[in-house]
Amino acid sequence: MKICITAQGADLEAKVEERFGRAPYFIIADSETGSFEAIANPFINGSGGVGPKAAQLIIDRQAGVLISGLLGGNAKYVLDSAGITQYVYRGDGTVSAALDAFKKNALDQVN
Amino acid sequence: MKLAIASGKGGTGKSMVAANLAFTLAMESQVSLVDCDVEEPNLHLFFPSDPMTRDVTLPIPVIDEFICTYCRKCGEFCRYGAISVLPKKLLFFADLCHSCGGCVLVCPENAIHEEPKRIGTLSVSTPLSGLKLVTGMLDAGSPLAVPIIHEVKIETSDDPIVILDTAPGTSCPVVEALEGCDACILVTESTPFGLHDLDLAADVTERLGIPAGVIINRSDGKDDETLRFCAEHDLDVMLTIPFSREIASIQSRGDLLCRVHPEWQKEFRSLFTKSKVLAGGEL
Repeated sequence: MKICITAQGADLEAKVEERFGRAPYFIIADSETGSFEAIANPFINGSGGVGPKAAQLIIDRQAGVLISGLLGGNAKYVLDSAGITQYVYRGDGTVSAALDAFKKNALDQVN
Repeated sequence: MKLAIASGKGGTGKSMVAANLAFTLAMESQVSLVDCDVEEPNLHLFFPSDPMTRDVTLPIPVIDEFICTYCRKCGEFCRYGAISVLPKKLLFFADLCHSCGGCVLVCPENAIHEEPKRIGTLSVSTPLSGLKLVTGMLDAGSPLAVPIIHEVKIETSDDPIVILDTAPGTSCPVVEALEGCDACILVTESTPFGLHDLDLAADVTERLGIPAGVIINRSDGKDDETLRFCAEHDLDVMLTIPFSREIASIQSRGDLLCRVHPEWQKEFRSLFTKSKVLAGGEL
């Protein structure tokens, strides 16, 4: 399964970014192979509607799970419609730390 | 003559100036007073009357999912994120839509047409024989003020004397109201905030190429810094209104300074004459 984590940088040691639509990077990690891909957010300076656009982007990358901090209502609606489960990561840990927490079932689902 | 009353800071007295100027001029001319502060219009409070009200609408897309092939062209085109195309589902966010019509144009299946969506109202009344009052009002929760301001300006585009009361600040609604005006009166107050925001507002009128002058309202007599700023920026101080509890009280009960104290009409007539000079007209 592919897991998307919002990040401040382009690798697994980057800090998790708490904003979704304006996150600098989306890290798409593959839980089976352990590989990952970093996507620079093209909507970071968009004037509006960045939440739904970012949601569309991670849907296109076939993510099944999103880990982020804050999620707007429009983005959540798009992700829900596409069946992507969203988890909240709080604190200033790295992408690796967030992935570990997810694998240990230590993250809360966004409701 | 299209004369805008603007200010950087809110609460400096734009509506007070606009209402008194319109009241005074309406005694001898046909005047249109336009409330462009569509998020919280207030001029109707000074001129109670029964208006004719109509809806202001914007076209928004309606997508026929029976025809749609989920090709995503509309979603990719929409820079406002108002359309999300999932593999077998289409989501539309009316609040993000700017009514540009682009999705209709790019749809290869002709699956999109437009329908009107109400965003607010426009009211026209005649509270005094020489006065036409036009008020735009944005619906609560509706995000786009600019199309309503555009509409109220069209309503008065052929009128001889138009006084436009703008929203405070320097954002899009103010720029939309100022566009095409012959002159602008910037209302300020002699406080550090008043001066700071006057600086911003004067920058806007300068960039738009609209000649501007200044009114210092609620003056406590210590206007040196404001006067220095105006001199440096070649802004004429057209009128100074003193800080007065009585004026505040007239205003707060919805009355007009020029009605209660007719001697003020002379000041506002002179203000209009100076505005015409500002606009490049003859005396």
